[in-house]
Amino acid sequence: MFLEIKNLSVKIENKNILKSLNLNINKGEVHAIMGPNGCGKSTLANVLAGKEDYEILNGKINFKDNDLFDLNIEERAQEGMFLAFQYPVEIPGVNITPFLHSAINSKRKRMNEEEIDNLSFAKLLKSKASDLGINIDMLKRSVNTGFSGGEKKRYEILQMSILNPDLAILDETDSGLDIDALKIVTDGVNKLKTKDNSFLIITHYQKLLDYIKPDYVHVMVNGSIVKSGGSEIAAEIEKDGFQKFQ
Amino acid sequence: MNSETLNTLDSYSKNKYKYGFVTKIDEEKPKKGLNEDIIKFISLKKNEPEWMLEWRLKAFSKWKKMKEPKWANLNFPKIDYQDIYYYSAPKGFDKKPKDLSEVDPKLIDTYNKLGIPLEEQKVLAGVAVDVVFDSVSVATTYKGELEKLGIIFCSIGEAIQTHPDLIKKYLGSVIPAGDHSFSALNSAVFTDGSFVYIPEGVKCPMELSTYFRINAENTGQFERTLIIADKGSYVSYLEGCTAPKRDDNQLHAANVELIALEDAEIKYSTVQNWYPGDEEGKGGIYNFVTKRGLCAGKNSKISWTQVETGSAITWKYPSCILKGDNSIGEFYSVAITNNFQQADTGTKMTHIGKNTKSKIISKGISLGKSQNTYRGEVSFLRKADKARNYTQCDSLLVGNQCGAHTVPYIDSKNNTAVIEHEASTSKINEDQLYYCRQRGLSHEEAVSLIVNGFCKQVLQELPMEFAVEAQKLVSISLEGSVG
Repeated sequence: MFLEIKNLSVKIENKNILKSLNLNINKGEVHAIMGPNGCGKSTLANVLAGKEDYEILNGKINFKDNDLFDLNIEERAQEGMFLAFQYPVEIPGVNITPFLHSAINSKRKRMNEEEIDNLSFAKLLKSKASDLGINIDMLKRSVNTGFSGGEKKRYEILQMSILNPDLAILDETDSGLDIDALKIVTDGVNKLKTKDNSFLIITHYQKLLDYIKPDYVHVMVNGSIVKSGGSEIAAEIEKDGFQKFQ
Repeated sequence: MNSETLNTLDSYSKNKYKYGFVTKIDEEKPKKGLNEDIIKFISLKKNEPEWMLEWRLKAFSKWKKMKEPKWANLNFPKIDYQDIYYYSAPKGFDKKPKDLSEVDPKLIDTYNKLGIPLEEQKVLAGVAVDVVFDSVSVATTYKGELEKLGIIFCSIGEAIQTHPDLIKKYLGSVIPAGDHSFSALNSAVFTDGSFVYIPEGVKCPMELSTYFRINAENTGQFERTLIIADKGSYVSYLEGCTAPKRDDNQLHAANVELIALEDAEIKYSTVQNWYPGDEEGKGGIYNFVTKRGLCAGKNSKISWTQVETGSAITWKYPSCILKGDNSIGEFYSVAITNNFQQADTGTKMTHIGKNTKSKIISKGISLGKSQNTYRGEVSFLRKADKARNYTQCDSLLVGNQCGAHTVPYIDSKNNTAVIEHEASTSKINEDQLYYCRQRGLSHEEAVSLIVNGFCKQVLQELPMEFAVEAQKLVSISLEGSVG
C-alpha cells in the first residue's frame, strides 16, 4: 500500500477534528476529498504533511513503508510528499531559485541521488515555468511576496512540478481561482500525473473535478469519510449539496 | 513556539566561534594601567613627533574629567581602566616589517587560518588589505599599485610620520577628542589603524580593507582610522574583526573618521565578528566604537553598512554630518544578538546643508537571552532646507527570552524637512518555517533562509566579494554546527 490511513483521530485545542478516519491510496491513483467547510479536510492535509499543532489521539498512517509519525515535516517532504497550500505564506527577501534549489537537493540527498548544479537547475526552473505560463520576471521575486491569489497557486504548482512528488496533496487549490488560472493549474497537475505518483485533491467545489478526473471521490463530513465512490458522487454533490450526507 | 523550534534554538545557542584560537607569540607589553607614562610609552614606541604626544596628553586630561555615556540600554560591570594593557605587540616589532619575509611566520599563519592570506597573489582579487594585530599594523598589501594613483593606504602610525600635514588637519576634526569618554580614551591611547587618502578625481580601483585581530589577553584594542576622499573621488572600504575566545571581557574602543569633500563618495562596510562570549555570557569583547563621517563638500556621499554579529556588548552609532548642500548619508545595519549579547546600535544623521538626504535601514535579530536596541537620532538644523530622511527599523525575535527595542529621536528646526519612519517588530513566523520545511528544508536551513531574507536589503549593500561571506556569517551566527 502506498498511503494507508487507519482509524485516525486528531484533536486541536480540545476539539476533536478527525474521527476514526480511514483512507487508502494506491500508486497512480487520483483521489478527491469533498466536504463542507470545517469538516476537517485541511486538518487531514496538515496532519499528513506533519504540522505540529495537532494532537494525534489514535490511529496509524503508513506512507511508502514508513510509519509517517516517525518522520518530521522535512523528512516527509524529502520522501516525496508535497502539500500545495491553501494560503501560501509570503517569505520576503527569499528568492525562489535558491529556495527551490536547496529543496530539490535536500530531497536528492535523502534519496542518495547526485545534487543538481546551479546551471542545470536554473534551466529546469525556466522550462517548467514556461510550461505553466509563468513569467520569468516572477521568478526574480521573493517567494509568494506580493503575489495575487492566482499567482500564488500557480507558483505552488510550479514547485510541485519541480519537486516531482510521489504524493501530492492539493489543499483547496481551486479556491480563489478564475477559470483561466484554474485551467493552468489543472493542466499542470494532469501533465505531472504518471502511473507512479498519486494525488489527493481536497476541494469544496465540484468544478475542479471537471478538469482533473479523479479515480475515487470521498465525501467527508464531521471528521470522517461517510461515502466513497467514483466521479458520480461529485455530480450528486453538485446537484444536492452535502446536506444528504450529514 | 513549538518544541522543535525550541530545540533548534537551543542548538543555536551552543553556537561555536571558529575564530577563537590564540596565536602563541612573544609579546611586548608595558604594565597594565592608564596614565601619562603609558601614553608616553606608546608615543615613543610609535616614534611619534612631539605634537602627536601633546595631542594625546590633551585628550587624556579631558578623559580624566569625563564619565562614560549612560544613554545606552546596556548592562555590564564597571570597566576598570587600570586593569587593561594598553599596548601589546609581537616582540621585535619596533619597526613595521618592510615586506612579508620579515614577518613572523606565526603571524602569517594566523591570518591564513582566519582566511586572510597576506601574500598578494593569494589575496582576494581586487582587495587591498591592511592587517592590524593587537596594537600594530602587520602588513599592507597592494601599496605600490595604489601609490601609482596617488592613493595613500597605510597604517595610521606610518601616516603620522609620512603625512603629518593631513593628520594635523583632519585627525580629530570629525570626532573631537572631548566628544565623549570613549573618544577621549581612544585619542589618548590609540595604537594603530588605517589611513586612507584618495586624491582629487581618483576612483579607487579596488576595495580597501583592514582586518583587526585582538590576540593578547587583557588587552584593549584602540584603533584609529581616518579616511579622506578628496574632491570627486570614490573609495569603498571594508573592515573585519575577530578575537580569541577568552573568559575575561576585553575592551575595544575604536574611532573612525571619514571626510568626503565636494562630489566625493565613501562607502564604508563593517563585518564585525568579535568573540561574543559563551552561552553563559562569560567573556567576549566590549565594543565601544565611535564612527562618524563628515560630508564636508557639496554633493558628497557617505554610506555606512554594518553586519554586527559578534561582541558581548556593542555600542556603536556610525553617523553622518551632512554639511555640504545636496550631500547624502546612508546607514544600513544588520545586528544579530544571541545568548547574552547586548547590542545598542544605530546612527545619527545631522542635516546641516540644503537638500541633504539620509536613509537608515536597520535590521535587528535577537535570539537566546539577548537584547538588541536600535537607537537613532535624525536632526535637521535651521538651514537644512528641504532635507529628507527615510528610516526603516525592523526587528525579528527568535524565541521568547530575548528583547528588541527601537529608540528613534527626531529633532527638526526647519519646517521644510521631510521625515518618513517605518518600524516593525515580528517573531519568526511558524507558518514560514512550516512552508520551507514542507519543501524539504531542514529547520536550521529554514531559519537561516528566513533571517537572510529579512536582512537582504542590507546585505546587498555590501561589496560583492563580502556579501556572500556575510550571508554565511549570518547563517553561522544562527547555526550551532559550523566551526
